[in-house]
Amino acid sequence: MIHTEMLTKAFGANLAVDHLSLDVREGEVFGFLGPNGAGKTTTVRMLASLIAPTSGRAVVNGFVVGRQDTDIRRSVGLLTETPGLYDNLSAQYNLHIYAELYEVEDPAAQVEKYLRMLGLWERRFEEVGTFSKGMKQKLAIARALLHEPRLLFLDEPTAALDPESAHLVRDFISELRSQGRTIFLCTHNLDEADRLCDRIAVFKSRLLVLDTPANLRRSIFGRKVVFHLRQADESLLAAVTALPVVREARLIDNKLLLRVDEPEIHNPAIVRALVNAGADIQFVGELRHSLEDVYLQLVKNA
Amino acid sequence: MHKIAIIIRKEWAEVFKNRMVLFTVAFMPLLLTAIPLIILVTTGSIEAGSETAGDFGEMPEQIGNLCPPELKGMECMQVYLVSQFMLMFMILPLAIPVTIAAYSIVGEKTTRSLEPLLATPITTIELLLGKSLAAVIPAVAATDLAFAIFAAGAWLIVREAKLLTALLDARWLLAVLVVGPLMALAAVCVSVIVSSRVNDPRVAEQISMVVIVPLLAIFFGQLAGLVYINRQFVLAMAAILLVLDMALFYAAERLFQRETILTRWK
Repeated sequence: MIHTEMLTKAFGANLAVDHLSLDVREGEVFGFLGPNGAGKTTTVRMLASLIAPTSGRAVVNGFVVGRQDTDIRRSVGLLTETPGLYDNLSAQYNLHIYAELYEVEDPAAQVEKYLRMLGLWERRFEEVGTFSKGMKQKLAIARALLHEPRLLFLDEPTAALDPESAHLVRDFISELRSQGRTIFLCTHNLDEADRLCDRIAVFKSRLLVLDTPANLRRSIFGRKVVFHLRQADESLLAAVTALPVVREARLIDNKLLLRVDEPEIHNPAIVRALVNAGADIQFVGELRHSLEDVYLQLVKNA
Repeated sequence: MHKIAIIIRKEWAEVFKNRMVLFTVAFMPLLLTAIPLIILVTTGSIEAGSETAGDFGEMPEQIGNLCPPELKGMECMQVYLVSQFMLMFMILPLAIPVTIAAYSIVGEKTTRSLEPLLATPITTIELLLGKSLAAVIPAVAATDLAFAIFAAGAWLIVREAKLLTALLDARWLLAVLVVGPLMALAAVCVSVIVSSRVNDPRVAEQISMVVIVPLLAIFFGQLAGLVYINRQFVLAMAAILLVLDMALFYAAERLFQRETILTRWK
């Protein structure tokens, strides 16, 4: 759905996007993570044909950025960072304008479909200025969907929303994913990215890493297994360190923290070694790093 | 064309909810129409002398220039006084679009609604034309309507063919029908340029109102007898405005590019 090669955008001397090369596959939720000012919005604007790249190439939905911009804009949906609705117009008219601009065949029917889908039909004649932030965000998402794009760019869709509204929006994104739409999700809500995204790119002017959330955890921190023991001492640490499958071992209180490549295969040998060394094992579990840990590690190193 | 119409409808639905805009579009034309009509009513009640303009050897030059020789003294005075205020009709095509465009463009900036609009398949020229026409059409319509009301009122008050012809001569028709729309376009272009730099519609409106200054200079020049507005003067105004409009539209169009709006309009 999206293919970029060395995509670059400079504003004067400031390099906002530096030689970005990536592919987004059809039907996936692609998380685009990065700190404020990392160039996420600039990237989205280039991919949605709102601004021109300084160099490099991007193909979106089969159309080339910079050459087939109108085709791209017609074929993608964009939820901007702020809803950008007309506060003193009704919800229905807000959507109707966009349905007409997107050349939707039956604007009235399409507007009704999305207002009903998002639970806003009863309030269709009310001015948008009277809506809550969550309702405005839902309306803005509906606006991005009116022309039924297969590819959606969502720029910080839950930023500034209360937990309940954010939950509603996340549920709706999951629903869109189940419809087979491709979603390019810009966010710095790592929990959201972890829950929704099939793959994640961490970006800070340049692409730092791109993989599935699970692989990212593995590649940054490896896989760690924690053994809860009744009583631990240095002899138990020595017993596991002697095993070639243990990459790293640490003793924290009565817990042994081991880095192992494939716990499913190597855990039985470790358990045997510990029991033979006299350990009483209470629990064994895999230590799961949060995506936040991964992200902070990557951004710090960048 | 269809997308331009969508933008115009949207703009009108939005800006006419604003009381400031409504006041400018509805009240100002009424006020500027009422003034010359009141002058006609009040001066018409003064008994006219029997002398014709040709008999006024000592008549001030600025009055004599405006007065056809067959008109009587008081009629000449009426033509002169009304002519001073006819220029006020030119304020409408300047003030109305400035107000509408300021609220329309700066309003989009403050609500951040330009980006989703630019993300649609609309071209920037369609968007600019839509916004410009949404500001120009009410201005031209209000001016024409105000002038029509004035003409009808003058006909009801004066009922004298010679005087009516002198009051509504070709230069004013030219001014209202040709110079008015050109002025409105210049005002919109100035508004677009100013709006790209400010974040408050009132500030945009106040700065853009600078376009009225040359018109006021002509108004006071005419009052002082320094400027004589005849048909040639109005044609020259039209020619200058045409060139100015092209230059301003070019500048506005350069500023109204997607990338400029998104990255430089703060």
